Amino acid sequence: MSLKISVAAGLLLTTFGVAAQAQSLVYCSEGSPEGFDPALYTSGTTFDASSHPIYDHLTEFKVGTTEVLPGLAESWDVSEDGMTVTFNLRQGVKFHSNDQFTPTRDFNADDVIFSFDRQGNPENPYNSYSGGTWEYYSSMSMPDLVGSIEKVDDYTVKFNLTRPEAPFIANMAMDFASIVSKEYSDAMMEAGTPEMVNQAPIGTGPFTFQAYQKDAVIRYLRNDDYFGDKARVESLIFAITPDASVRYQKVQAGECHVMAYPNPADVQSMKDADDVVVMEQEGLNVGYLAYNTNVAPFDNANVRKALNMAIDKQSIIDVVFQGSGEIAKNPIPPTMWSYNDAIEDDQYDPEAAKAMLEAEGVSDLSMKIWAMPVQRPYNPNARRMAELMQDDMSKIGVNVEIVSYEWGEYLERSKAADRDGAVLLGWTGDNGDPDNFLAVLLGCDGVGNSNRANWCNEEFDALIQKAKVLPTQEERSALYEEAQAIFKDQAPWATIAHSVVYMTMRPEVDGYVVHPLGGHIFNAVGLSE
Amino acid sequence: MLKYTLSRLLTFIPTFIGVTLISFSFIRALPGDPIVVMAGERGLSDERYAELATQYGFDQPIYMQFWDYLTGVLQGDLGTSFVTKRPVWDEFFTLFPATLELSICAMIFAIALGLPAGIIAAVNRGKFLDRALMSTALVGYSMPIFWWALLLIIVFSGNLGWTPVSGRIDLLYYFPNATGFMLIDSVASGQSGAFTSAVRHLLLPTIVLGTIPLAVIARQTRSAMLEVLGEDYIRTARAKGMSPGRINGVHALRNAMIPVITVIGLSVGTLLAGAILTETIFSWPGIGKWMVDSIFRRDYPVVQGGLLLIAVMVMIVNLTVDMLYGVINPKIRKR
Repeated sequence: MSLKISVAAGLLLTTFGVAAQAQSLVYCSEGSPEGFDPALYTSGTTFDASSHPIYDHLTEFKVGTTEVLPGLAESWDVSEDGMTVTFNLRQGVKFHSNDQFTPTRDFNADDVIFSFDRQGNPENPYNSYSGGTWEYYSSMSMPDLVGSIEKVDDYTVKFNLTRPEAPFIANMAMDFASIVSKEYSDAMMEAGTPEMVNQAPIGTGPFTFQAYQKDAVIRYLRNDDYFGDKARVESLIFAITPDASVRYQKVQAGECHVMAYPNPADVQSMKDADDVVVMEQEGLNVGYLAYNTNVAPFDNANVRKALNMAIDKQSIIDVVFQGSGEIAKNPIPPTMWSYNDAIEDDQYDPEAAKAMLEAEGVSDLSMKIWAMPVQRPYNPNARRMAELMQDDMSKIGVNVEIVSYEWGEYLERSKAADRDGAVLLGWTGDNGDPDNFLAVLLGCDGVGNSNRANWCNEEFDALIQKAKVLPTQEERSALYEEAQAIFKDQAPWATIAHSVVYMTMRPEVDGYVVHPLGGHIFNAVGLSE
Repeated sequence: MLKYTLSRLLTFIPTFIGVTLISFSFIRALPGDPIVVMAGERGLSDERYAELATQYGFDQPIYMQFWDYLTGVLQGDLGTSFVTKRPVWDEFFTLFPATLELSICAMIFAIALGLPAGIIAAVNRGKFLDRALMSTALVGYSMPIFWWALLLIIVFSGNLGWTPVSGRIDLLYYFPNATGFMLIDSVASGQSGAFTSAVRHLLLPTIVLGTIPLAVIARQTRSAMLEVLGEDYIRTARAKGMSPGRINGVHALRNAMIPVITVIGLSVGTLLAGAILTETIFSWPGIGKWMVDSIFRRDYPVVQGGLLLIAVMVMIVNLTVDMLYGVINPKIRKR
């Protein structure tokens, strides 16, 4: 019995049924899920508790990579023009059962159609259930993209798209595309309790949902009917523990096997400790400083480059990330395909930066830097980062004023076309596709919204638009690499950092893989004796 | 007594309306639009924004929103959380028993130690025992809850391994939460060791949450006792040769209780405030953490509904305290 709790308990208790826990994996999670129907929500905490253990998707990301593999769809065909995608579904896949429901049939095309129709069709009785706003479905542009979904036969589904879109296959592996049971949903609607679909979830995944107590614990049992590799532990328990220091104490005390999101300050001592293992990987994110390229003198690429050269990124990594980050030179992280490693970053050189500004006729420059009020994975302390930049800029004679707003205000105001100042922000990838960074954050369509630099470069935009519709990854990759070169040359942002994701666990945890898309997945994790 | 109770109850109505208005406006006065916060870095289109605003009723004038809220409240409907999409009422009553259980234990702990400490200090006024007890109380009062909790966890759970780090019961035990009070549910489950496990999980949070009220009660008891001990009738009692135990325990203590009970009543508010930090650190599934999360997410229905329910709880406690005054001092209820 690995859990040290039994030692502590032994002081007070004489009998303790510890054997029952031997096959339970306990994960100290950071918060409560908002619910268990992933399509209704957008937070990673919710996806960890729902999409990964309970549900499957038509396609799946290979854990530890952004590679897309077959899931509930055994294979798929994309038409020549890229406008139709046909999925061939797996047969013999069983849905879970619970006290209220036992499935009478296997998974089939009706479940796929229902899973998407409820998100996009206002006539679907489930469209408004649980206050459904289907945020992820909208933010991935699915309402415009999906023209119709057809059932060819019980095990073949055809998606008719309104335009060719290569990332569509990866979108089908995302959490919002979890496949729910139509039969269960219908039964719950008939019983007048549609919200049970969200509260007592039924999926096809490797774990079945057992119980949830808000802010305390979530319990899952292994699904012995799972079509793929069965889970290695009999039960999976999420012990909800919001404080990072307490999570670490629990891992040390043996109350949890695995924890996420350690305090950056604790990482070194964790690495030094004998009784815990720390795994790390660059996160699929980027933190940046976006200039407003609409406003002089930031409309001049040379001025932007000069400012980039004034920023000492290494000290930002050391001070703000406390080492848990990596300098970013491209707008996409190195774990993503098409990352252009040949690009050279703007070197830190205050003297050259100063000369460059003078050459452009810019003197006595004053600017604002916006610092986010919240901690994000790509920027653990924006205020501190802004202060370091302020100091760097003062060395080349640029006077910086730091401004901040409440988070909602910050997001809203930073979109303004005439925004005064450069804004610190970042992005965490959704589907592992470069389009999800380059088009969303730097494309002309994103100006006035997610393109905070208000940067619309025709050459860059043409490349990413073309790449979006090409069929193969190789062809697309070449165009994205070219686009990254234009980005670096034009410098709409100072690329700052990609954070490193840490996972802390006990030595007996076996087979855990850090997933670049951010999910915490325990389907193949076991406990060694 | 009935007239007194009714007059106290009548003051409930304006307070209730005031609290409803304050809880409604408080969260809206904070900068930050819940729809924008929800969308995060991804942002959303103007059309989508408008759609959501209609769905949440933000397109209505503010007085209409208040009217809808107020009529809802009077019908027992506190709205639905923007985040979890579940009724506020359900969420509150799922979480409240945990907070209540912890608060009751913390209060019992604070009174059980604070009252005797105050009496002992008063009786030994100026002596070493008085100084030692009151300095300890001052330290307890000044202790940052967060630091105190982590210190106890590191020492008792980490180094000594005597208590669990956090949670309400060992994960080994699994039974339905019939009442939401773990001490009761664990006994009802009939599983051996469950009750002991629940008690062990309660120890540290109880100490942390009870520390500040303990210090306040000890100091208040001491000063109230000292005041009473200087009264003429105490001197008379002493002159008549009454035993010190009877003088202190019966005549002085009973008369010193009014300010002490006031402080205990007021501490309920402090407990709920302290619960926010204590619950976060000990992963205690109560309403403290729920409220804080909701404020950050601008989850209007939860914040306004939660505040209202908490305010009602505090009002009930204060009403009870007022009733107790009447019981202890008949002069008050006759006024």
